[in-house]
Amino acid sequence: MDLDFISKTFVRLLGALPLTLSVWSLSVVLGALVAAGVTWMRVSGVKSFELFARAYVTVFRGTPLLIQLFIVYYGLASLPAVRASLFWPFLREAFNCAVLSLALCTAGYQAEIFRGALIAVPHAQVEAARACGMSGFLMFRRVIFPIALRHALPAYSTEMISMVKATALVSLVTLWDVMSVALKIRNDTLVTYLPLILAGAIYFVVNYIIGVAFLALERRLSSHLRPRPT
Amino acid sequence: MSAETPALTVEKMHKRFGQLEVLKGISLIANDGDVISILGSSGSGKSTFLRCINLLETPDDGVVSVAGETIKMRRRRDGRSEPADRRQVDRIRSELGMVFQSFNLWSHMTVLENLIEAPVHVQKRPRAECVEEARALLAKVGIADKWNAYPAHLSGGQQQRAAIARALAMRPKVMLFDEPTSALDPELVGEVLRVMRALAEEGRTMLVVTHEMGFARDVSTRVMFLHQGLVEAEGPPDELFGGSKSDRFRQFISKDRG
Repeated sequence: MDLDFISKTFVRLLGALPLTLSVWSLSVVLGALVAAGVTWMRVSGVKSFELFARAYVTVFRGTPLLIQLFIVYYGLASLPAVRASLFWPFLREAFNCAVLSLALCTAGYQAEIFRGALIAVPHAQVEAARACGMSGFLMFRRVIFPIALRHALPAYSTEMISMVKATALVSLVTLWDVMSVALKIRNDTLVTYLPLILAGAIYFVVNYIIGVAFLALERRLSSHLRPRPT
Repeated sequence: MSAETPALTVEKMHKRFGQLEVLKGISLIANDGDVISILGSSGSGKSTFLRCINLLETPDDGVVSVAGETIKMRRRRDGRSEPADRRQVDRIRSELGMVFQSFNLWSHMTVLENLIEAPVHVQKRPRAECVEEARALLAKVGIADKWNAYPAHLSGGQQQRAAIARALAMRPKVMLFDEPTSALDPELVGEVLRVMRALAEEGRTMLVVTHEMGFARDVSTRVMFLHQGLVEAEGPPDELFGGSKSDRFRQFISKDRG
């Protein structure tokens, strides 16, 4: 095993990183939007919305992401109604299917994170806002959301990191992400471990950066919780 | 405002929580400059009464008017009462400065940010003007140097003084105090009472739910003693503390002294 092979493999794997990162970023952003909607339904006080939101979370957290991905990619495509529908040009692309199923799945987890963050906002803080004459939306924007955001960050960074790792599954629906390139090199060269170790290192560095970024954000937003400056 | 219009009137307020009738028809008129202490043992309904005035609790019945403007209420189909106009409620709340027992400063904002929050975002006043006024208020309550501290970095007494300044920053017509010293260590009570006494002396209209007999006797213009959801005794402090006709009130204050 020579250095040349290592560096060539590494460069090829890095070439696939943009796809991994775009699947990740699009799915977590889309997932956050869906999660915001689900959370809103969950705390809306409307019975049917609440039931829907609970069912959503239960189903998407309770079933393997791989099965969800296969159902979206293979399952939907096997339905003539879907192939005839408006959505087919969108759903025929593996990339879109991957983003969609990852987004729907992370939305289930993110919705629970958001809900937990919301119910942890102390009632006293809300009451002070009401007593000042804040309307519902203003109160959400200025008091509830900023406090809930701080509660959500630690769990949210974990979810972001899990999602980076979850993108490795898209290698099974024909996308050339870091994982599938590693598997391809492995097949072509019969070098068993090196491509996997290098791919693992790439995922590790990406996740390390995400972890550090979230910690920095948390520190920035939590000076009110640290001991008083002396 | 004409001289005859009271700063605050409450007519026959009723409130029940389930089977328990907490307020059984309490009325009150506060003229400009009145400092009314509301006393009563726990469970007498005094805090609920205060919280019903700015609709933190929704009264089942009764009329609240602030500076002549009546809060419009309507009946829901199940017979419960609710505000007819949310925006009116928000506006009137901004005219009633509320001070809570446990301060309720917004934990993620500095003291100065707490003070300018509602003036800037609810009353839409220019930020620079609000900051200037906030600094003056902080100086008045004696914590000018704490403007950039977070609530968690202050003592209870300092937090409560900041909370009083926050309420004042709205330029309220009436100040509502809900047991403002009950959550404080005994040695911190004095600094908060001094601020409240200064406000009373400059002619602020104040409703104070309290257990501080000294404050009620020396500072208030009127004392209201609630018992089981009704006004049991009411009048100027001299008259009441000098020898009230109410046995319950005499008993109540003797317990405090003993």
